[in-house]
Parts: sequence; structure tokens; C-alpha cells
Amino acid sequence: MLHFFHKLASPKHFYRISGNWIPWLGLACFGFTLAGLYEGLLVAPTDYQQGDSYRIMFIHVPAAWMSLFIYMVMAGAGVIGLVWRIKLAEIMAISSAHIGASFTFLALITGSIWGKPMWGAWWVWDARLTSELILLFLYLGVIALYNAVEDSRTAARATSILALVGVVNIPIIHFSVEWWNTLHQGPTVTKFGAPSIDIHMLIPLLLMAVAFKLFYVMVLLMRARVEVLQRERNTGWVQELVSDYE
Amino acid sequence: MSEFLHMGGYAAYVWSSYGIALVVLLANLFAPILAHRKLLTQLARRHQRARRMKR
Amino acid sequence: MKPATLPQAFAILLRRDLTLAYRRRSEIINPLLFFVLVTAMFPLGVGADPALLRDIGPGIIWVAALLAALLSLETVFRSDFDDGSLEQLLLSPHPLSVLMIAKVLAHWLVTGLPLLIVAPLLSILLHLSDDAMHTLLITLALGTPVLSLVGAIGVALTVGLRKGGTILSILVMPLYVPVLIFAASAVANSDAGLPVNAHLSLLAALLVLATSLSPAATAASLRISMS
Repeated sequence: MLHFFHKLASPKHFYRISGNWIPWLGLACFGFTLAGLYEGLLVAPTDYQQGDSYRIMFIHVPAAWMSLFIYMVMAGAGVIGLVWRIKLAEIMAISSAHIGASFTFLALITGSIWGKPMWGAWWVWDARLTSELILLFLYLGVIALYNAVEDSRTAARATSILALVGVVNIPIIHFSVEWWNTLHQGPTVTKFGAPSIDIHMLIPLLLMAVAFKLFYVMVLLMRARVEVLQRERNTGWVQELVSDYE
Repeated sequence: MSEFLHMGGYAAYVWSSYGIALVVLLANLFAPILAHRKLLTQLARRHQRARRMKR
Repeated sequence: MKPATLPQAFAILLRRDLTLAYRRRSEIINPLLFFVLVTAMFPLGVGADPALLRDIGPGIIWVAALLAALLSLETVFRSDFDDGSLEQLLLSPHPLSVLMIAKVLAHWLVTGLPLLIVAPLLSILLHLSDDAMHTLLITLALGTPVLSLVGAIGVALTVGLRKGGTILSILVMPLYVPVLIFAASAVANSDAGLPVNAHLSLLAALLVLATSLSPAATAASLRISMS
């Protein structure tokens, strides 16, 4: 087992093994997405309060989960990269940033679209939406820093530190925003996270969550492969690889 | 079917959400595919050039 | 010559930075002017209704303080980076994180502390009550060191970059959110005659947390961007 991970950490083997995994991940992701969409759009009953508009939840909530999850993965991979100097961990950290930012953006925009019929406004300074917005800013900071630093090794290490600082701050930011929200008595309708959720609504939610997670792993591996290739472009195995190309 | 598309009057909201999700996910999917292909072509070209230089 | 002990090195670095800052007085005064000007622009923008100004005053002053802090952040390491003394600092035998505290302290003394001195003037301009002015001073005293400490990490990460300035604000501003929320709502609360102990304790907690974690992060960032 340990031997397997050790081998996986070498760029060459990672490139080969991940190439084998990606199609299967894609297939699984596609299957879960189809099942989730079927359950969510056709099987799940109409909500007695929100009508059919609540079906946005099946995208919004998994995307919001992913946005936080990916930030944690990014910081975790960053720590591994910083402490043990594993190149692959650095690559995983920085490859996560764009995907995480996409999911955060998705959570924000679907939250806003869901909010329009529910709250009557495209944007409400609701605690969760506000936290999500600040999370997007944190992601954009990571991406901006990575793009600004020229040497990709240095850039990856610098962004790892930033992600780590962000992770320490996320709970504080979240707490402060909740506090601020209760203080200012915003028009908070507790429509998110209903206390008891119908099982027919929970199933598609979980299916979509799995689908999004598989999608993340798949795209992460794809991005990491490009990054590995880029960094190892002068090594023998890449030369061998590209000599067969075309 | 039309009732399904109608989404109880929330069609514009529900379908635009799903549409945007589709666009965002596809963009995420294709960005690395294109980058990968571009990089491979670029590296292959460089490799060939290097081999020609050697001869 | 005997090498300096850690407290000596700390004191030397602090005094050096303060002397340098004194020689470049305009760099201290400009963010301060900026702080006053931004605040003075708001009544011109939203109207001079005293009740309105009182309502939004705490937020305005704190947002202006945030921007002023951002504006002056780069000076923590910029000149040291330009003249090469930053690399000397990295070679010092003393723990870099402790030296970072000296740098940040010096920076706060020349950029954060002056904000406290002009803040009463601004609270008069915005019709804040005496209680609110009092709380404003306490929040500035507790909050601006956090801004300097957290900001120093951002500066350390961007110090070698040509276009570091704008990126710095993008990196650092989201991290300032908790300070802004607790501080501004403390001032607003005290203007409304409500208790502010919880806010101030939370700000103090943030200060303790930032003091204990940020120097190490700053030191690590600096080592990475200087490598």
C-alpha cells in the first residue's frame, strides 16, 4: 500500500496512473449526475412552500459544500507540500484553486437566482451568501498570487501559505459574518437547511454531492497532469512521451 | 412534459440555474483538456526541433 | 565584537525602523491624510444629515482605517527589499518570527498609532457621541495591530513582485473582514447605548491570535518569496 503511494508520488507514475483513472471517474460522475438529475427533477415531490424553485437546491447546496471542501483540500495539500516538500502535493493544491473558485461562483450565482423568487431580490446580505462571497475573494486572492509569481515552484509554496492563512481565518470570518447578520437583522428567511428534509429530496441531494465530488477529483487529476507535464518538460520520460505524439 | 419544463412557474429560475451549472462545469472540464493538448503539441514540436538540430 | 542577544537584536531592529520612518515622514503622513480625506468625502457623497452620518459613521471610519492600513502596508518590507537589508535579516541567527514582531511593531507605531490620534477629529465630523468616540479609540487600539500583523503576511508573500500593490489588497482585504465587523459594530453599539464588552473581548482575542500566529507565517512567507 505504502509502496503504491510512494510510486504515485513520482510524477511519471502519477501521469500514467491518473490517465487510467480519469475515464472511469468521468463515467461514474456521469452516472451519478444522471441519477441525481432524474431523482431531483422528476422523482422528488414539489415543496409545499417553495414550489418547484427549491430544485435549485440540488446544485446550490452541493456546490456550496464543494466550495468549502476544496478549500480544505487545497490547504491540506499545501501543508503537505510545505512540510514534506512533495511536488505532487503542491500541484494538487494549486490545481484545486480554480475548481474551487468555480464551485464557489456556482454556489453564489445559484443562491442568487434562488433568492430572487424567495426573497424578491437578486442579492440579500444573508450570512451564508456573504460568507460564500468572501470565500470567493479568498480563492481569487490565491489565484491572483499564483499568477503573479513567475517561478511556479515559489508560486505554489506562496499560495500554500496563503491558503493555510485562509483556512485559519475561515471559521473566524464565518462566525463574524453570522454575528454581523444577526446584529443587523437582515431579511433572513431560514429557507436553507430545512430542519427535516423529505427523503425524496435528500436522495438527489446526496447523489449530486457525490457527482460533484467525482467531478472535482476528475478535473483535479486532469489539471494536475498538465501541470506535471509542464514542470517535467525537460525530463527523459516526457521527451519519450512526446516523441510518440502525433 | 410541458408541465415538467414549466417547473410550477419557476422555469426561468430553475433552468437558468441548471444551465449556468452546465456551462461552468463544462468550462472546467474542457480547460484542462485543451491545455493538455496544446502543451503536448508544443512539447512534441520542441522535441522534433531538438532532434533535427542534433543531426 | 559580541553578537547581539535576541532582545538586543529586537531593540536594534525596532529603533532602526523607527529612525528610517522618521527620515521618511511623508510616508507616514500620506496614509493619515488619506484616512481623513476618505472620511471627509462621505458626508459630501451621502449628504450631511447628522442622524445618517451617526448611523454610518462607525462603518465609514473603520473602512477608511482599513484602506489607510492597506495603503501603508507595503512599507513594512519594501525599502528593506530594495536596499537588500531584507536578505541580511534572513541570514540573522535569531528566530526570524521574533524579528518580524519588531518589524510589525515598528510599522504599527508609525502607521497604526497615528490613526488613533486623528480618530477623535473624525468622530466629531461624523457626529458620533462621546461614548462612541471612546469605543472607537479602543477598537482602533485593538484592531489596527491585527491589520498590521495580518497584512505583514500578505506583504511578505508579495514583496518580490513588480505589481505587488494591487495583489496585496486582494489577498489581505478578505482577511480583514472579522476586524471590520467586530470593530464597526462595537462603535455602532456604543453609539446606541448598548454594551460592547463582547465585541471588545472578541477583538482582543483576534489580537492575541494574530500575534501568536502571524509572525511565524510572515517569516515562512518571507523565506519563500526571497528564495
